[in-house]
Amino acid sequence: MPFQADEVWVTNEKDDTVSVIDIETLEVIRTLDVGQRPRGITFSKDFSRVYICASDSDAVQVMDPITGKILHELPSGEDPEQFVLHPDDTHLYIANEDDAITTVVDTKTRRVVAQIDVGIEPEGMAVSPDGKIAITTSETTNMAHWINTETQEIYANTLVDQRPRHAEFAKDGTELWVSAEIGGTISIFDVETQVETAKINFAIKGVHQDRIQPVGFRLNADNTRAYVALGPSNHIAVVDAQTFEVLEYILVGRRVWHMAFNADESMLFTTNGISGDVTAIDTNSLKALKSIKVGRYPWGAAFRPTTN
Amino acid sequence: MFINHVMAAMLVCAMSIIASPLVAQSLRVKIGYIHSPPAIAPTLSNLDTPSLTQGRDGAQLALAENNTTGNFLNQSFELVELDKTNPDTNGIDFIVLNMSKTDMLAFADDAGNAGKILFNVNLDSADLRDDRCGANLFHTLPSIAMRADALAQFGLKKKWVKWALITGPKPADREMAGALENSARKFGIKIVSKKDWTFDSDMRRNAASEVPLFTQSFKNHDLVVIADPTNDFARYVQYNTWVPRPVAGGAGIKPVTWARSIEQYGAVQLQNRFREVAGHQMTSIDYAAWAAVRSIGEAVTRTKSITSASVRAYMLSDAFALAGFKGRSLSYRKWNGQLRQPIALAHHDAVVAMAPLDGFLHQRNELDTLGLDESESGCTAFEGK
Repeated sequence: MPFQADEVWVTNEKDDTVSVIDIETLEVIRTLDVGQRPRGITFSKDFSRVYICASDSDAVQVMDPITGKILHELPSGEDPEQFVLHPDDTHLYIANEDDAITTVVDTKTRRVVAQIDVGIEPEGMAVSPDGKIAITTSETTNMAHWINTETQEIYANTLVDQRPRHAEFAKDGTELWVSAEIGGTISIFDVETQVETAKINFAIKGVHQDRIQPVGFRLNADNTRAYVALGPSNHIAVVDAQTFEVLEYILVGRRVWHMAFNADESMLFTTNGISGDVTAIDTNSLKALKSIKVGRYPWGAAFRPTTN
Repeated sequence: MFINHVMAAMLVCAMSIIASPLVAQSLRVKIGYIHSPPAIAPTLSNLDTPSLTQGRDGAQLALAENNTTGNFLNQSFELVELDKTNPDTNGIDFIVLNMSKTDMLAFADDAGNAGKILFNVNLDSADLRDDRCGANLFHTLPSIAMRADALAQFGLKKKWVKWALITGPKPADREMAGALENSARKFGIKIVSKKDWTFDSDMRRNAASEVPLFTQSFKNHDLVVIADPTNDFARYVQYNTWVPRPVAGGAGIKPVTWARSIEQYGAVQLQNRFREVAGHQMTSIDYAAWAAVRSIGEAVTRTKSITSASVRAYMLSDAFALAGFKGRSLSYRKWNGQLRQPIALAHHDAVVAMAPLDGFLHQRNELDTLGLDESESGCTAFEGK
């Protein structure tokens, strides 16, 4: 049991709490009070800090994951929804949903470094592995905005399908993947040229196409597979990340949204907003193992190792 | 292959001129808007003051959204309010109409407007989507038939299948009653009793004594359905019925295009944005005007064309999808230009259900279980098939 007592942290948007799941027992072992409407959650590279977007408190909260105490708050701009930590472990790129802005915050000086005008309802955030490019996707403008992290300015904008929700770099930063909730697709872009090179479509027997809404997704470390949350269709799609073919659909809880792997990626934990639970999936058998009750409207998920 | 610092700096300098693969030739799109809403009938209650700017406010918000996208693509959108008595539509291919039925039909039939794309954002009459449709007239407001079907689906789902129907005296009340009776027939709901509302006294003073007697003669029913779209008297029927029954239609649970209680599917963002600029809650007519202007934006952005022919072709194609904050992608019916959309079954404080409800299936699109389906519509002028 090499990963005993590792944890998955889940933000509960409608309870103003974070549920901490022990991935060995698959039970909630701690429930921590945080600011209002917590959504995005991510750890510092050494896991000594956890950052939480408290959207309705207009702040990013910094917590000590051991004590569960909020240490301080970072200025985040209004209504921070989702963010990504730059590989430098210092800069947070934050999507300000109500303000059509991406805010860049220095976590050490606790100052806002830049604010960048983006499209309406920014949400998806990604940074390339070399740290040179940040991406914001905007839901109502239907775009991926490409930000040069050196100048903190947009250098390209690409249209994607309707209501983009999440972005991830893949394959050593040569590909950008963007999900589109209402368009029902994931678009794949060549990073160098910003040209769309592939598109993934989804179809689940017995589920109307309208209900299949790709939102959060994650690629495994060697980028052979992607796991895509399909929102109100209550399924996770397992995609071959090389051929872009869907291999399998796994039934999970209602309105599946985001997810996190454990350390060796043998398990995947999905947040199911409407059913208020987290589904633990065995990524080898591609079977759901257990539903774990958390708070109301679980949204973000992040993995925390406790062993070295 | 990643941008080095020098290159990045050059890219940023060049950004305003060329930069992204999307920045193309600049496009300027003029969207006309005619604000001539029919008079709103007075109601006994003073609680709900209707917005005099509804429709215009929704169009303005969508314009701002189109322009935010447009800023990144070198496209700009302008809303031109046209004179309501003598509109000069020269050079304007897209026009949002908020006007009386007589005026709208005359405008759509005018030879000068033949090749344009017009949007009806305020009239829910079924015949405008049926035998009295226009070749150039799209509808972003759902028809009364769509909303009545939504209530019938809800009744069936709840097994509230025996309805008592009260109809008000106004033409719009009778139109709604007709739609409710059609929907009841379509979904196998039984209207066990029907009564016309005939009171002309002030119900704020005597509902408690009059309404129990008025509803006492109803046969055994599950739901009291009131054809009173302005909620002139329906609000006084609620909680005053002879037997305890839920009320639907004009008060209680209403089948609506948009309401303050819609907050899922990201709708709260739209509600907040709207309230901030308009200073009032978004109404169904605001939503329809928003959807019309956003539809043009979506079509221009995707096609990079501003000709009415290419915008129309795109809007009627399978590629068109409007993210309308109702949980499903919205598109236009090819046979009559109606924007397909979910209908909320909502009371003042919450959405109870969204139609189409689970289990109402359709071979093409579940949204087509609401309103006039291809085989039911007598519209031949639209020619989008």
